[in-house]
Amino acid sequence: MRNPQLNDKGELQHLLTIEGLPRETLTHILDTATSFVGVTAREVKKVPLLRGKSVFNLFFENSTRTRTTFEIAAKRLSADVINLNIAVSSHTKGETLLDTVDNLSAMHADMFVVRHAESGAPHLIAGHVASHLHVVNAGDGRHAHPTQGLLDLYTIRHYKKDFTRLSVAIVGDILHSRVARSLIHALTVMGTPDVRVIGPMTLIPAGAEKLGVKVFYDLKQGLRDVDVVVMLRLQSERMRGALLPSAQEFFKYYGLTPERLALAKPDAIVMHPGPLNRGVEIDSAVADGSHAVILSQVTFGIAVRMAVMSILAGN
Amino acid sequence: MKIHIKNGRLIDPGNNLDVRADLFIAAGKVAAVGRAPAGFNANRVIDAAGLVVCPGLIDLAARLREPGYEYKATLESEMLAAAAGGVTSLACPPDTEPVLDEPGLVEMLKHRAKTLNLAHVYPVGALTVRLAGEQLTEMAELRDAGCVGFSHADVPLQDNQVLWRALQYAATFGFRVWLRPQDGYLAKDGVAHDGEVATRLGLAGIPAFAETIAIATIVETMRATGARVHLCRLSTRDGVDMVRAAKRDGLPISCDIGIHHAHLSEMDLGYFDSHCHLQPPLRSARDRDALREGLKDGTIDALCSDHTPVDEDSKLLPFAESEVGATGLELLLPLTLKWALEMKIPLVQALARITKEPARILGVDAGHLSEGHNADVCVFDAEHYGKVSVAALKSQGKNTPFLGIELPGKVCYTLLQGQVVYEAGNG
Repeated sequence: MRNPQLNDKGELQHLLTIEGLPRETLTHILDTATSFVGVTAREVKKVPLLRGKSVFNLFFENSTRTRTTFEIAAKRLSADVINLNIAVSSHTKGETLLDTVDNLSAMHADMFVVRHAESGAPHLIAGHVASHLHVVNAGDGRHAHPTQGLLDLYTIRHYKKDFTRLSVAIVGDILHSRVARSLIHALTVMGTPDVRVIGPMTLIPAGAEKLGVKVFYDLKQGLRDVDVVVMLRLQSERMRGALLPSAQEFFKYYGLTPERLALAKPDAIVMHPGPLNRGVEIDSAVADGSHAVILSQVTFGIAVRMAVMSILAGN
Repeated sequence: MKIHIKNGRLIDPGNNLDVRADLFIAAGKVAAVGRAPAGFNANRVIDAAGLVVCPGLIDLAARLREPGYEYKATLESEMLAAAAGGVTSLACPPDTEPVLDEPGLVEMLKHRAKTLNLAHVYPVGALTVRLAGEQLTEMAELRDAGCVGFSHADVPLQDNQVLWRALQYAATFGFRVWLRPQDGYLAKDGVAHDGEVATRLGLAGIPAFAETIAIATIVETMRATGARVHLCRLSTRDGVDMVRAAKRDGLPISCDIGIHHAHLSEMDLGYFDSHCHLQPPLRSARDRDALREGLKDGTIDALCSDHTPVDEDSKLLPFAESEVGATGLELLLPLTLKWALEMKIPLVQALARITKEPARILGVDAGHLSEGHNADVCVFDAEHYGKVSVAALKSQGKNTPFLGIELPGKVCYTLLQGQVVYEAGNG
């Protein structure tokens, strides 16, 4: 089966998931991002790589933060940006997902940045659009959030340099997390020997070990001697029925406090994709403490998204 | 009309025959096998040299989409597909709109099918009114109208007390109840097998034990009531083991699987291929292998198409939102042959799964070529390989994971009660 992200020449045509991408591609994106970090710190924060191109932010699920960072990234590349919030599912009568895409394609879009509540929606769009168009997955259901995975990878490389010696723990709602899936793929591709997921059994998906991770149900055991702690947002809006008794109990057993962080390596970094739920998955003392690199992630995120968009547009 | 089918390889699982023999048909019945009856003058001679002549195929589950879903398919389009697939008898589940829960609806369906005269249609009536899982239907009246059994289609029957009463009532009259074993609560919101692939793709899972829990409930209720039950569309290895044990205990239980589950697994979802959005979900390769074995050793009685024509728009959606099902009537024979070839099973044994055995479950006189009985016949070329294509499919549903795949078996002629209802063009 051909990887639907690649064009006939084997170049990256779309960014839909990190799964299946070679290490060289990830490294190339990270290296390109490094060159853009300089741009974002300059007085004039623009480069002309996407001048004359139209980027459509197609958000079928609400998100201010991710949409904004994509918008900033596209504008710094001198693209024209059009934001569309289409927060209705295709279950409701009316235009189907692909009808919407066809209409926007007719407006001469060059790139779609897509967020959708259903896993696989960006794959469907990528398989449908004309060959000059590029699709960037900005988060689909529980499946993937590749630019988040890449910015997490960038952040880890920035602070820890070498992936082949690292222990990384991802904590919380793994079941519903596209962030966790993308980061797991990214870390395993880069050769990280010890990737752990930590959470109650109700929030760990079936066969998680097959992703190449070790599963821990006990936070203290799982945090021991890790270099990187990634706390996931407990997405209350995704919770259905009987997964957790309460946010309070979750914090008591899975929240990251300074005492628990002390089990990790002394120079461990703490990451979080945001937005934070203080007192649910993370204690304020940790979120605002010296180990946290959460705001660096946001800054790097813009450079990484610039890198992805410029590489796609060049292929 | 007298027809002489000559030079064919006659495979009749009903009479355990695999011989080179001519078939003589007169007045819609089999007149003789082997030697022509005295004074037999054929109006038509079909040369079946190099071809297999077998009883018309019997499909335990084909959705014809009438009444209610005519935009997806019509009785006419789907019965043409049946004829093109060599299927001469088919059972249709009650999940139409309205649901087949009243004798009048069943009579109308039977009448429409009879008028088209392309295949025998055997409706399976609803077990509860509107399949709502509360009020029993008038099963005896429905039987009189033509229902061969009663089922809940794919709609979960959550209330075990209703299940208990339904089996008691059906057992009173000796009716067979067809049930799809899947716990509705455990399967809630799920769209794929709860395993490696669903985890990777981020799809909500249906655990394998949603099936085994349901089988355990059904088997215990059978013991309590003595009802006869046919389990529809098994999907798990453990489920096959449980049916094997129940049969060993002498319970009046039978079961089938769908053709897709005999060949595909969760891996075939690939990158969210909505053609693989099926119910029950495609499970692990280990489960699939157990189904293939169970079908071979007879634990699984029948193979069915689970034919579900879906319009293209309803498949062009993100996986979880896409409509469930695959077209299958025209793939029943090819996928049975593929299974038989891969498992090295004699044709007479393989064809029993789509002729003799489903006939027994339906309780109809079909699935064999015996003198004096209906001449429902399928003549096919077992050696011919053809690519599955949108253009070649007669069904209005073009939705199949096998598009573009080469499969063995080409139906050349289909006869219904001695009438040629399908004849393949050349090529």
